[in-house]
Amino acid sequence: MSRPKPEPVQIVKQRRDAALRTLVSGVPYIQFLGIEFDRRGDELTATLPFDEKLIGNPMLPALHGGVTAAFLEVTAIIELSWTLLWEDVEAGRIDLSSLDPTHLPRLPKTIDFTVDYLRSGLPRDAYARARVNRSGRRYASVHVEAWQDNRTRMFAQATGHFVMPDLSNG
Amino acid sequence: MSATPTPPPTDSDASKLELARRFIEAIPHSRALSMRVDAIGGGAATISMPYDLRLVGDPRSGVIHGGAVSALMDTCCGAAVMSHPEAPAGTATIDLRIDYMRAATPGQRITARAECYHITRSVAFVRASAHDEEAGLPVASATGAFTVERPKGGTQ
Repeated sequence: MSRPKPEPVQIVKQRRDAALRTLVSGVPYIQFLGIEFDRRGDELTATLPFDEKLIGNPMLPALHGGVTAAFLEVTAIIELSWTLLWEDVEAGRIDLSSLDPTHLPRLPKTIDFTVDYLRSGLPRDAYARARVNRSGRRYASVHVEAWQDNRTRMFAQATGHFVMPDLSNG
Repeated sequence: MSATPTPPPTDSDASKLELARRFIEAIPHSRALSMRVDAIGGGAATISMPYDLRLVGDPRSGVIHGGAVSALMDTCCGAAVMSHPEAPAGTATIDLRIDYMRAATPGQRITARAECYHITRSVAFVRASAHDEEAGLPVASATGAFTVERPKGGTQ
């Protein structure tokens, strides 16, 4: 039995990073909030670097509840899109040279999103990871957790349902 | 401990509205989204924000990201709680669920209206809806539970 020689690691990384960068940089709202994505293999971690404009309660001060909700929703949508994109990226079915936001598959649409606020968001960086609990042909259910200083002390979590993008006209 | 100073005579509704408006519009993130308080009082609030290219969530269609609508809904729900006649000293979101019924039309202002329909000693229950400039089906609806912070040293 012979199998094809594995691709050089830098080629694999370059392709994955380019796909992720295109997915994230194409959404103006992600840039507005300043959210960044860190990749380890297929695992994504979102970072929301602290900024004064994210404050919702100047007295405490604390992050705006809407910012927390938005951060979690962005993380859920990118995670879901990333899992949809992953196989095409791995199989080399995506042409990196023609990658731009208008040529990426359509993004899933949020049906509903429920945020559970566990403690107030401190005026410092926040992190989030999402898990796709179910991903069918039409619907998906995604859970997200966000924390700040300690991974085990979440400050918010959320569950959202999404309509999958229509692949036939994507 | 010093005694709580006697509160000043009750302001007129107009000046209370002005105070609440200034308070909400001074929140850094509300300013970043250019939110405007259109009405507030009696446990209800109406807050709107203009269409902004920086808030786009889908570059193909130009539709505003759901997260920005969430921020508007959360602010509006919190404002409704603060304006309740039982006047909590402060409030924070416990949970908020948003249903997205349709995409907001690009270019149009989004207006949220929230109502605090029940309040207990510790929890305020709120529902809200958001419309763009087209009447009829809302863009989104929300339901949430908020904390009721009592004034420190208060009798309640």
